[in-house]
Amino acid sequence: MSFLEIDNLDKSFGTTRILKGVTLGIEEGGFLVLVGPSGCGKSTLLNTIAGLEQITSGEIRIAGKRVNELHPSKRDIAMVFQSYALYPNMTVGENIGFGMEIRGIPKAERDKAIADVAQLLQIGHLLDRKPSQLSGGQRQRVAMGRALVRKPQVFLFDEPLSNLDAKLRIDMRTEIKRLHQRMKTTIVYVTHDQIEAMTLATKIAVLKDGILQQFGTPAEIYNNPVNMFVADFMGSPAMNLVPATIGQSGSESTVELARAGAAPVSLALNGASSALSAYRGKEVVFGIRPEALTDPDGADRNAKHLVTTDCHIEVVEPAGSDTFAVTNLGGKGVVARLRADARIKPGATAPLTFNLTKAVFFDPATQERIA
Amino acid sequence: MADATATARNAIANPRATLQDLLPKIVLAPSFAVILIFVYGFIAFTAVLSFSGSKLLPDFSTWVGLSNYVRLFNHPNWIVALKNLAIFSILYIVICSVIGLALAIFLDQKIRGEGLLRPIYLYPMALSFIVTGVAWKWFLDPGIGLEHVMQSIGWESFSFRWIKDGKMAIYTIVIAAVWQSSGFVMAMFLAGLRGVDNEIIKAAQIDGASTFVIYRRIIIPLMRPVFLSAFVVLAHLAIKSYDLVVAMTDGGPGTATWTPALFMQKFTFGRNEMGMGAASAIIMMMMIFAIIVPYLYSELGGKKK
Amino acid sequence: MSAPSQDVATRNGVVVRALIYALLILFAVYYLLPLYVMVVNSLKPLDEIRQGNMLALPQQWTIAPWLSAWSTAQIGVSPTGLKPYFLNSVLMVVPAVAISTVLGALNGYVLTKWRFKGDNIVFGMMLLACFIPFQIVLIPSARILGLLGLAGSVPGLILIHAIYGLGFTTLFFRNYYEAFPTELVRAAQIDGASFFQIFRRILLPSSGPIIVVTVIWQFTNIWNDFLFGSSFSSVDSIPITVALNNLVNSSTGVKEYNVHFAGAILAALPTLIVYIVSGRYFVRGLMAGAVKG
Repeated sequence: MSFLEIDNLDKSFGTTRILKGVTLGIEEGGFLVLVGPSGCGKSTLLNTIAGLEQITSGEIRIAGKRVNELHPSKRDIAMVFQSYALYPNMTVGENIGFGMEIRGIPKAERDKAIADVAQLLQIGHLLDRKPSQLSGGQRQRVAMGRALVRKPQVFLFDEPLSNLDAKLRIDMRTEIKRLHQRMKTTIVYVTHDQIEAMTLATKIAVLKDGILQQFGTPAEIYNNPVNMFVADFMGSPAMNLVPATIGQSGSESTVELARAGAAPVSLALNGASSALSAYRGKEVVFGIRPEALTDPDGADRNAKHLVTTDCHIEVVEPAGSDTFAVTNLGGKGVVARLRADARIKPGATAPLTFNLTKAVFFDPATQERIA
Repeated sequence: MADATATARNAIANPRATLQDLLPKIVLAPSFAVILIFVYGFIAFTAVLSFSGSKLLPDFSTWVGLSNYVRLFNHPNWIVALKNLAIFSILYIVICSVIGLALAIFLDQKIRGEGLLRPIYLYPMALSFIVTGVAWKWFLDPGIGLEHVMQSIGWESFSFRWIKDGKMAIYTIVIAAVWQSSGFVMAMFLAGLRGVDNEIIKAAQIDGASTFVIYRRIIIPLMRPVFLSAFVVLAHLAIKSYDLVVAMTDGGPGTATWTPALFMQKFTFGRNEMGMGAASAIIMMMMIFAIIVPYLYSELGGKKK
Repeated sequence: MSAPSQDVATRNGVVVRALIYALLILFAVYYLLPLYVMVVNSLKPLDEIRQGNMLALPQQWTIAPWLSAWSTAQIGVSPTGLKPYFLNSVLMVVPAVAISTVLGALNGYVLTKWRFKGDNIVFGMMLLACFIPFQIVLIPSARILGLLGLAGSVPGLILIHAIYGLGFTTLFFRNYYEAFPTELVRAAQIDGASFFQIFRRILLPSSGPIIVVTVIWQFTNIWNDFLFGSSFSSVDSIPITVALNNLVNSSTGVKEYNVHFAGAILAALPTLIVYIVSGRYFVRGLMAGAVKG
């Protein structure tokens, strides 16, 4: 049984359904990331866990106990908000201690707890300042301090890093991961940034239009997306999704990718699944991540099924650590990820290796995964 | 996203939580009840009165149907009041807008001393209409005011006695009202001008537009919402205009400067024609609502997005 | 651009700017003139006004008109000056402003942070109440005040002003709190703060500016009111505006213009001082009253 369970949760505002039958759970000490584009309902889901918004139907349980009816302050949770939500009229110390003050905890005890948290987050020297005198990163730490001091069963984070600049965001990401490893408290974390989701999570829930698309470990989500939305949303640069046809060569299935001004590329699929064989002669969407499409020297030697073919290179984008090359397949620009020193020129033809072990196929009509 | 900060409704399990849930409504209720009674209830009361034959006191035993309204619109004083309202509100709105916009544009030219000029233009808005009325009443009085001053400095033939002239008196009220409100319109326009995105103006300058063209083609068209706000505020002040008229002319000479508000007061409390007074108040409210309701509807509706 | 044409442009610019300055100063004179006339003539003996030039400075300075306006001028039937009426206005304004501001703040808090079904309708109805012509409530208000035993009394005027100010005070606070981050309220809820604790500890400390705006707006409007004052007051409760009008428009005796001007300035003084001290907030209130939603 999971520590935090969300069971068939529905949430409507008037006639609009924001969340549609969401069911998921996270084990104690786990790090659950809710990810999706804006308006997918991920923040609403977090708010219902916090008790800040009512649910229409379903059940939320923390440690086996139904919390639907509990006031936010009684759910034994703490929350870090996107804007940090620091009380502007109180000092940092008062901000952190406000919840304890409301609960009537004596001042001495409060000060001790505040000092402990301040030390943990290295904000001891800021305790007498007002939030307006702090930098973005410092506010972020104070907001985390206010959550930590409660020693809750579950931490809730609502896009906590989205107001920070790029560099600070990466530092704080590491910091949050380190804190989680040390405290081992269950975390639910909302973000629209799929890299944050991949790096932090033990479990990821991908949401779209209030519907849970896929729930699993980061590796499952990345390597085995259940539909085109998840495939496209997770990963940067995004997975190449190319219209293709399943063909036949002898007893073997092939995937045919159209090319402008040249014969189609035909890639043999060693031992394709029966599901895919059923699509012979039909259109599919062929999905391949940029790192599975590379120069022959850079290809994964351990991969079971590599196919190399010549492609016309349209654009080359050196990115320092890698070089990205764009070629045209199936009428779309397809991104390949090459080694940084790959010798490749725009306008020329170069061999590219497809790692077909990593390839995925979707039905163009339902957008669901075939194989 | 809804910003409803709904708390868990825990009606059965915990009565304390119920109280906390109801508290917001309990806090709001007295104000809302008072508004319901004192505004909407009273409007209904007045509406009912307007169909009754009330004279000195409310009288709910004689019903006269629409006859108060019929008498109202056949009464020369009401016709005068409506004509005056038309003259007054058109001139008041147009002149205030023109002066307000002109001053705002001039002040927007990086004027030295703006900090001194702006409060001078605006201070009349802090005064009571009664004070304004007293000041202008005597300033325009032929016996001691402008005419007297001009004649005493040698311009013997100068004549300015509008305030004593039944045909012209309403215009003196326009002068005083414009004096009181135009600075406020200036402030609205100035805020609007300052709110225009600087980059748009820079882009137009790079396109080679002159300052005049920039104002005419880009900035003033962007001021449409300000024009609308100014119109609504001024129109509603115009329909309510009462204090200023009382202080300056008290409706005179004769009935020359009666306005609907003055009519209501005089008929209800002076001539014991409460039914007709109520009818005139209902007409006034309908005029204001015809302007305000669509405006509020669009403002509130636009906000929801 | 060649040098000469630039020169012409600059010269044109100078002329235009000079014109703008001239117009701006002309308008400043227009706005200041009535105030100047009031001040100057309130310091002259009556004869000097009748014979002399209204725009000229006094030849013989005197404060007698001020003393008369304040304490001895004939108003209505008694020679009391404006003093008692000034006090009536103070007694009326202070509680009315306090009550309507406190209620407006609570209403604004509920309407933005504790939203419920139909809250927009409630707000819309309160907002519309700002704009009704008060003539429409005069008759029933007089009846209600009579029934409550408050007719012609200062408490009656306080009640009326507090109620008919509620729409605006609610509007001001509602718009201000609308921009106040809801996340702060949520954070406080998680911290376990109650409805009133959130208001007192989180919102109120940040409400300084809007409280000032609201108080100034209410103060100015209620102090300057004439309609309610003239309709619902009796001899003992007449506010200053009504008294001033009685002073100026009394048909008996000689017209003491200098006393009228002194009285007008006395009546205007409180709001003028507020305006001079905190004009910024006054303007903000005007704007908030004009641009709704």
